[in-house]
Amino acid sequence: MTIRSVLIANRGEIAVRIIRAAKALGIRSVQVYSAADADMLAVKLADEAIEIGPPAPKKSYLDIAAVIAAAKRAGADAVHPGYGFLSENGDFADAVVAAGMIFIGPSGDAIRLLGDKVQARAVAEKAGVPTVPGSNGRIASLEEAHAVTAQTGFPIMIKAAAGGGGRGIRIVNDPAELDKQFPQASAEALASFGDGGLYLEKVITRARHVEVQILGDGENFVHCFERECSLQRRRQKVWEEAPSFLLPADVRQKLCDSAVALARAVGYRGAGTVEYLYDDESQAFYFIEVNTRIQVEHPVTEMITGIDLVQEMFRVAGGASLSVRQSDISVRGHAIECRINAEDPARGFMPAPGTITRLAVPEGEGVRFDTMLYEGYTIPPFYDSLLGKLIVWGEDRTACLARLSRALADLKIEGVPTTIALHQALAADANVAAGAFHTRFLETWLETEFAAPGGRTVEVA
Amino acid sequence: MSKHEIRSPLPGTFYRSSAPDVPPFKSDGDAVASNEAIGLIEVMKTFQEIQAGVAGGSIRFLVDNEEPVMAGQVIAEVEL
Repeated sequence: MTIRSVLIANRGEIAVRIIRAAKALGIRSVQVYSAADADMLAVKLADEAIEIGPPAPKKSYLDIAAVIAAAKRAGADAVHPGYGFLSENGDFADAVVAAGMIFIGPSGDAIRLLGDKVQARAVAEKAGVPTVPGSNGRIASLEEAHAVTAQTGFPIMIKAAAGGGGRGIRIVNDPAELDKQFPQASAEALASFGDGGLYLEKVITRARHVEVQILGDGENFVHCFERECSLQRRRQKVWEEAPSFLLPADVRQKLCDSAVALARAVGYRGAGTVEYLYDDESQAFYFIEVNTRIQVEHPVTEMITGIDLVQEMFRVAGGASLSVRQSDISVRGHAIECRINAEDPARGFMPAPGTITRLAVPEGEGVRFDTMLYEGYTIPPFYDSLLGKLIVWGEDRTACLARLSRALADLKIEGVPTTIALHQALAADANVAAGAFHTRFLETWLETEFAAPGGRTVEVA
Repeated sequence: MSKHEIRSPLPGTFYRSSAPDVPPFKSDGDAVASNEAIGLIEVMKTFQEIQAGVAGGSIRFLVDNEEPVMAGQVIAEVEL
């Protein structure tokens, strides 16, 4: 069935992005919003908007019954969950289908299967995807944990089976620490996630974060090449690129093929991302997890492949086959995305809501700014600090970085502090230009290069 | 008796305890020390501790747990 109307169960810049895709396909858009979001851009752009509850996410954007009721009231055929909120909640996907609508994403069963880190790892292993050395699934006892570390060595991560997004992880360096931390980790996992199950994974030091974009229609499965997201702060991505600059061609092929094998193994339908750690020295890659939704950083993939991933999600959910075959998909040039947050880099990245008094957006070939901002908009304090994403494309990475510096200089956001100055410093950094970074690079760089007294002076745009 | 007003420095969501399953930092009528935490403000997924800022005999909360607050809004009063 072709989708004629969609309810957007999200907010902020991704809601705007989904509405744009819906408009391009001639689909009527219905936007939900909390009492704090009546002025948001997505509400203004959508064909219809419905208030679903108070500002607190659990009383609005996370309230399954309220979202379903709004979708039924609006007569929507489908629900797009965006990222975050209910996007990886299998029960929500089931509830949408039970209410007679299409969930734009994989089935509730697929979300639950890939959302459980231990089960996802087992699926990956079965599909021939390399996983980080560690326990074979959940471990029942401390004795079992010691047997695993006898094989893998230290340091090792104790991870909560029900955790994710960087939460529920402890790193231990020797057997004595394991004795002490294991029972604590189990108790904490039980308290935090309602599931005390643990597993172990070896720490891959100085790894890159590389992830593969996959698309599936349940029968055909393709990859749209990889992204590199190694520049992170507190396990949150700050700057993303496509493709991964220094990845050897043969490794790229194996990496992308492994993601397709995983998609095929579960009959994947929709857009998804398979995340890996990549070790430059050994040229080995290891599966971490699958995200069963659109990602924040999806535009860099769109810029280098020319595929509109959100439109493709709509088509596949409506029952059509993928519009592209693997042989149609190739990489052209290089793209970088900078996440522009309402945070003050000079004050420990303290977030600050406020009213936008001036907005000037860079334009021109190869420049895209996905945002929820407009002049006069007051950013509410109840949600995340992402204001927008500056995405820049160039013929190669050098050209892309040069264009990025110009675009960052032209991007003016006044009224709240932003992370624009951080990105300007990164775009001018020699190590970043050389692609010489890993997942722990940024936190050290922030201390030694960005904030250090007597270090680089940071010009605030 | 004079009163000291504790105001929120930021707009956000006010929490009276450090986690959903632990008791509140302070209850109405409790004595407070100047550097004692009386609550948290969540602003854009970041938590900031609110301290009493004054020593006093009795605190009284004017905002409930998990309620939205504006910058400058009085969260609690302390009898000096």
